[in-house]
This record gives sequence, C-alpha cells and structure tokens, in this order.
Amino acid sequence: MQQLRGQENALLQQLSVQVSTPCEGRIYPSLESDESYALDVSGGQATLKAQEVWGALWGLETFVQLVYTTNSGEFVVNDTSITDKPRFVHRGMLLDTGRHFLPKRTLLQNLDAMAQNKLNVFHWHIVDDPSFPYESRAFPELSNKGSFYPGSHIYTPSDIQEIIEFARLRGIRVMAEFDTPGHARSWEEGQKGFLSECYSGGTRNGMYGPADPTKNSTFTFLKEFFTEVASVFPDQYIHVGGDEVNFTCWQSNPAVGDFMQKMGFGDNYAKLEEYYMQNLLDIINSLGRGYMIWQEVIDNGAKVREDTVVGVWKWRNFSWSDEMARMTEQGYKVVLSACWYLSRISYGEDWKTYYACDPYSFKGTDAQKSLVMGGELAMWGEYVDDTNVLPLSWPRGSAVAERLWSPQDVNSPVLAEPRLVEQRCRMVRRGIPAQPISGAGGCPEEFGGN
Amino acid sequence: MVEGSRKMVSLLFVLSLFSALSDAKLSVTPTKGVPWPMPMDYKTTGKQNTVDAASFRFTTRSVECDILLDAYVRYREAIFGRNADRFHAMRQSPKFVQMFSQEGDIGEVSVDVSKPCQGSYPSLESDESYSLSVANGQVMISAQEVWGALWGLETFVQLVYKSDTGEYVVNDTIISDKPRFAHRGLLLDTSRHFLSTRNLLRNLDAMAQNKLNVFHWHIVDDQSFPYESMAFPELSSKGSYFPESQVYTPTDVAEVIEFARLRGIRVVAEFDSPGHTQSWGLGQKGFLTECYSGEKPDGSYGPADPTLNTTFPFLKQFFAEVASVFPDQYIHLGGDEVSFTCWQSNPVIKDFMQKMSYGTNYAKLEEYYMQNLLDIINSLKRGYIIWQEVIDNGAKVRPDTVVEVWKGGWEEEMEKVTKQGYKTLLASCWYLNYISYGSDWTTYYTCDPQKFNGTDAQKALVMGGELTMWGEYVDDTNVLSRLWPRASAVAERLWSPQDVNFPLVAQPRLIEQRCRMIRRGIPAEPVTGPGTCPVEYREP
Repeated sequence: MQQLRGQENALLQQLSVQVSTPCEGRIYPSLESDESYALDVSGGQATLKAQEVWGALWGLETFVQLVYTTNSGEFVVNDTSITDKPRFVHRGMLLDTGRHFLPKRTLLQNLDAMAQNKLNVFHWHIVDDPSFPYESRAFPELSNKGSFYPGSHIYTPSDIQEIIEFARLRGIRVMAEFDTPGHARSWEEGQKGFLSECYSGGTRNGMYGPADPTKNSTFTFLKEFFTEVASVFPDQYIHVGGDEVNFTCWQSNPAVGDFMQKMGFGDNYAKLEEYYMQNLLDIINSLGRGYMIWQEVIDNGAKVREDTVVGVWKWRNFSWSDEMARMTEQGYKVVLSACWYLSRISYGEDWKTYYACDPYSFKGTDAQKSLVMGGELAMWGEYVDDTNVLPLSWPRGSAVAERLWSPQDVNSPVLAEPRLVEQRCRMVRRGIPAQPISGAGGCPEEFGGN
Repeated sequence: MVEGSRKMVSLLFVLSLFSALSDAKLSVTPTKGVPWPMPMDYKTTGKQNTVDAASFRFTTRSVECDILLDAYVRYREAIFGRNADRFHAMRQSPKFVQMFSQEGDIGEVSVDVSKPCQGSYPSLESDESYSLSVANGQVMISAQEVWGALWGLETFVQLVYKSDTGEYVVNDTIISDKPRFAHRGLLLDTSRHFLSTRNLLRNLDAMAQNKLNVFHWHIVDDQSFPYESMAFPELSSKGSYFPESQVYTPTDVAEVIEFARLRGIRVVAEFDSPGHTQSWGLGQKGFLTECYSGEKPDGSYGPADPTLNTTFPFLKQFFAEVASVFPDQYIHLGGDEVSFTCWQSNPVIKDFMQKMSYGTNYAKLEEYYMQNLLDIINSLKRGYIIWQEVIDNGAKVRPDTVVEVWKGGWEEEMEKVTKQGYKTLLASCWYLNYISYGSDWTTYYTCDPQKFNGTDAQKALVMGGELTMWGEYVDDTNVLSRLWPRASAVAERLWSPQDVNFPLVAQPRLIEQRCRMIRRGIPAEPVTGPGTCPVEYREP
C-alpha cells in the first residue's frame, strides 16, 4: 500500500477541506465566483481552506500536482504553504464544432484538461457556416438539415446536459456562442428564409448572405430560438457573435435596398448590421441574460448593455492593443483572444509566444485595466477535429492558462520550461495526449497511443 | 455508360470543385471509390457491381504463400469492417449463401502471382507492377511478384465504396499499374522521442494504404539509444530514456520487420555516425571523442573517435549484429552534420592528423572514419545508404551506394550526385515535421524529384525519395495525426506518373483517402479545411 509522506517520517493520511459558503444543490460557477484558496502541508497535516467551492476545487487540483513519486516509488508531497487566487476571472478556451464535428467524449476529455490547468470557461462556438450540430427542440430541422450527418454529428439535449454538468463539477462555465448575422450559412437549410438571398444582375443567384434583418420573422425566430438556448445553457452569458459580417449580399438584394431607404440608413450597411445586433441584444436582454460579443459589434457603433463583455480577437493587420484601449475607455469589459489563436500552428516552441502575451499590454488607466476580465485561447476548427484537437491544444494551452491565472511577473519562459515539461507529462499520465513542446525527451509514463 | 479515363475523371472533378467552393456552407465533395495514389493507367465506367459480403473471398490462381494469405484476412476486414469474420464463417453455410447472394454480385477476387513468394522479403529490385480488372462480375488481379499483388489488393479495397443505398459496390474498372519510383520511403525518428512499437505497426499499416514501401528507421541519435543490442546491452540500458519501457527488444524489432514484410515494406535501419552519437557514449565508454579545454578533457564529448584502435572492432561487431537483425540489403549509415570542433580540441587526434598527413583538414579524418565504416558494411555484403555530406566531403563509396539528399539547394545536389553515377533519394522538400498553418500538403505534392538539370541517364538514377518526420516535437501523442494524410501527398508523387500533379484535382481524392484511413483506424487529420468524414475516428 502506498503511503503519502509529508516530510521525513511523517505520514500524511488526509487532506481536510473547509469551504465557508454552502455549496449543496445545483450551483454553477460564474464571472463573480471566488476562486481563492489556501493550502497548507506541514507537520504531517494537510488543510485546504476556501471561501467558495470553486476555490476548493482549484486547491484540490493544486494538491494533486504537488504529489510526486520518489526514486523508490513512494508517493510524497513536500511541506508547502500556498495562498492562491487567479489574476483574471475569465480564463477561457474556445472550441469550434461548426467547422469540424467534435464528439462529446472529446469535449469531456478537454474539460478535464482545462481543469488540470485551472481554465474556467468553455467557450463553445457550437455552430458556423459549414455545419449546425446543435439539436434544437423547438427547431429540429436546423440540425436535421444543417448538420454534417444528423444521425451522428449532432449534440442532443442530453449530450449538452452531460457536458454542462461535467463542466460544473469542475468549476468550468459553459458559454455557448450562436454566431450571427454572419457565419450562419448552415442555419438556412433548416430555417428557410433566415438568411438574405443574394442577387446577380437583378436575379437571385442561389447564394446566401448574412441573416436577413428586414423580415419580422427573423426576430420572431431568434426570440424563440434564444429562449430555448437560455433554458438549455444556464450560464449568465450567451455569446452572440457578430463578427465578419459581409455586406456584399445585402447590397445586391433589392428588398434589403428598399428597407435601407425606409429606415433612412442610406448606403451605410453598418447601420443595418447595428439594427440587427440591437434587436438581437434586446432579445437576450429580455431573457435576463448578459451577452458576450465580438469586437466588430462595438467597432461598428451598436448600443449595448453596460455589462457586455467584448471579445477582442482581430490580429491580422490590426493592433489588438489599441482595441483593448478603445473598448475599456468606453467602459466595456474585455476578454482577449487575439494573441492566442492556437489553431495557427507553426514549427517549434510557439508556446513561448503565447506565454509572453499579456492582456494588460495597452495604454490605459488602472480603471481601464480592471475592465480586462481575462482571455481565451482559440482552437478554431478549419484544420482540427477529433484526430488532432487534444495534442494541438495541450500543453500549448497551458502557457495561456498560466498567463491568465498567475501574477504578471511570472513570465520567464526559461524558468517556466521545466515546469511545463512536468505539466505535460502529468497530463499524459492523466490521460490527455499532450504533445511534446520543448524538443527531444520523454515522459516516464508515455501516452497509450492516440 | 460513360467511359472515364484518368484525365476525364480529373476534368469532372475540377468542374465540380469550382461550383462547390463558391458556397460558404459546402465543403469539397470527396470522390467515392477512387484509389490513392493514382494508378498509372486507370479506366472506370459507371457500372456498379454489388460486393457480396456473405460469400466474399479471395482466391489464389497460381502461386500461394504466407504473404497472400495474411493479406486476404487483412483486406477482408478492411472492406467489411470487424464483421468480416462473421460473414466469412457464415458463408460456409450453403443456406446462408443461397439466401443472401444475388446474381451479378461479386463474391470473389481472383489473384494470380507468377513467382513463388513464400517467406520472401521485398527489395529495391522488386517488381511491384500489377493489373486489376473488374468486369463481367469478376475481379482479377495479376502480378509477376507478390509485391504487385499486394498493391493490387490495396487498390481493389479502395475501389469498394458504399452506394447511396448503403450497399458495398465497386465499379467496372481496368487498371494497369506500377510505381514511378522504386524507393518510396518514410523516416521516423525514435531517438528524439520514443515511439511505441504499437504505433510503429499502425504506421506501417498507414504506409501500406498509400503504397509507401520503405520504413527508414532512424532508430538512435544523440538524445537516446532505444535499440536493445544483444552484443552490447549497455548501449540501451545506459543510453535509452527509460530502459524499462522505452526500448526496442529483439522481439519488438522482429515484429516490426515481419509486419512490414507482409505489407511489402522494407525496413532500412539507420545507425547514424560519427556525428549524432552522444547517446552511444553512455553505454560504450571510449567510443566518442573526448573534448578538451586547453590541456584537459572538459567532460563533454564529440563524434565517434576514429583514432582509437577499439573503435572499428566495436563497429564491426555492432554492425555484424545489425546485419543479422535487419534482413534488408541496405543499411543506412548516416554520416551527416559532423562537427569538427571537438576533434580539433583533442591532442591525441591532432597527433593522428599529423601521422596521417591530413594537416588541419578534418574532412579527411571524417572521410577516414566513413571509409573504414563502409568497408565494414561491405565485408558484411550489404549495401549502404548515406546522407549527402559523405559524398560532398569526398569519401570513396561503392558504386551501388544510395545517396540521400536532404539539404537546401537540392536541385544542384541531385545534379551533382547523379553526375557522379550514384543512385539518389530526395528528402529535402519533404520534411513533414516542419508544420505550418493551412494546406501545406499541396507543396509536398508538387515537389518533383526529377526536376533538376540532367540527362535521362542521370534522371534514371533517382530511385525515389522519403518524407521525414523528425522527432523533436513528435511522439505517440501526435505522430500519426501529423504524418497523415500529409504523407499521402508524397506517396502519390512517388508512385503516380509525373503529370498527375494538380493539387486542385487531387483534393477531393485526398479527402476520400483521409476518410478511408480514418475508417481503417488511422487518425489522419483534416488538411483541406472544414468538413467531415461519414465515419469518425475511433481509437482502435
């Protein structure tokens, strides 16, 4: 029988856990959760104290990482004293199940991996142009017609429940993103008339553009759809997208042109986009939920709630640093993902670049800086599916996790490297195929094979 | 009935692609039942034949052997999945066959091999040609040698697809096929990171699905020595990362070689020296050069030490064992990236240089080492493959040496090497370990090993090439997904005719090949953008 030794000759037999706030019943983590904890191992005793259960969960994860095996095969933990709490409250990971389907078991495995790195928001970019795998009770045709294979490449209501519960038990919020009016091609198959039809030289050309804001049916549908979304996903925030809206199709459509005239928008299609987003945001508002949106919504002038969280993502020929300054200056909470597009792979040790990116790297007052809720690593799905999502995400994602949890001055890649190597081998031992990221080497326990 | 030739099929693909790509939702539609790599001569019609799972069997018309019998079991499962055995047992019952067989169904693939093949090993001289016909409800594969028959069977399996109504079908097809290049290799590096035997075997399966026929096993290097030598057990007990678990025992090695043989794949082992040998020094004291700071050794080591009288006896004994373990005609001896700094610092070496009248030309010392090593291999009656530096630095080698070109400026190097009359392999443009965002497979696909200035005779010396998956950032967690299907692009370049080189036309076929590999248990990653496979990957 293996025995846990705290110090020479001291046998550690228990870790006693004290949580101040009650946590029975179905409680969910939120942006306001207290994730702090104190962990103490000394004199053969181990105690973990936290205000809320979320802190206790992180304390347990930390304790597990403190345990290691000696050369003689004993499990040991050193005398340790830790007080800990995250630097940022929103530490997220985006997965994209619209470009490639990811089976439920992989999403669950990834939640485990996130918990091992204290990431606390699963940003589920669940549908997009190529496919609609979300099975809606109210609108079953959306996935029947819009998924890659309705028999297998969908998330049923019970799949989603299972994922949300699995996350909850790990202190992870599940924030669903239903991106519109752009990125919505797959909605049309099951919801005819939702998207604008494009015209070439006066006749329909069979192509579709963004959601059509000129029809009342659009917002009636969205209200009913998002009412269901709010009942399925308990998190306070729903992400409603709003990125990369292409105006070409709207510009070609005569009915849209008429509407623009009627509304006095002239030729300014950004106003039409604003009109759409306004209505959508009002719907979410009426459901009592907060929303997260991509930066374009604000950039293009829409009026949004004060507690809106803005995702700063643009990096191509764009200064995210300036954008962070602009957003916080207007008083919005921000979440940074621009420097953490982990889907953009390259050869070598790119984890160092991710590690070095700091969300405070912009010109602003302390008040502005305090509006930075945190960040998210993004694993977009164009070239990613079940065959490779976990090795590509880990342990590169761990670099982002430390940036978002640990103090700002914990930022030396040289010091971090041997710890990251240990973290990777630890993850491998715990069943996550975290790939090599620091050159030649080996883990004592190799992964069983992907 | 429309008769489609290879070119007609290409044209149709291009047209359908252009319409598909313009709609945001629809990804490129994969082909159905089109082989990868593209055969030399491929004609198919729209006439579908049902493949009768219940009665399906492979039969041998002339020569039978262990290789064919093993292939029949594998390929039945490849077509029908794990239920294949159940169907096979059922077909023994005449009643079952009567119930489920229909007229016009294909129930038999008849295989005709001319040369005896029991216990054979593939070689650089193997005849891999075959012809395959699906016509009048009959399937016939014929080949001179079993290696061609294996490829014919692989091709046949790829022709079978599921119709819209869910039946297994195969179109009337006539194929006459043989590879453009005889050496179509894949390098794995099991020193920078260990790779489990299980994944080496899975990778051999993946290679067979793409008609790659040489597993270049870069088995040891600076960082670790996982090869368990019977004559020198300390090499791995001191030199491997974890001697309990991260070594290849003689049984493991034999298993890999046999598994490969049954798939028509040669296993060419590389024991790289005199550079890339740090890990040898742990179990073989005195093999490496001691580096000096001023008058004293500083504790670090350099390349193998050519001046000690223990070096070549050791190498002779070591390679005698290697030759007994690895049956292939060729052994890869490495010879790349030899740093001279340590040699230059060592006084004993300096004396030796004087004695040999090499002056300060350490390339001569390198040549001296390689010459002796090559003589050892020669005396073992094996051929050798070497990295280009050995030739670049002037060593004298056997005429049947194969020179592997890996550095930049490969067009000039290929010209130079073939001008000197050496057989050559290209690896330079196929370093698949250098990952980048997006569809890099198109770059690998369009690299042509004969695109250099040279006579036809020179071009004929290009034996083929190899894709490399160096192990700095690769191990069991990601090796298969990183290799496949990007390696498939190289596989087609090395097998198919030179004019089969339009990535846009290849794309829908590559998507089919990826999904096929996934169905057959290889985690081949997405390389063409958003989309899906009907059957998602499940770890076997």
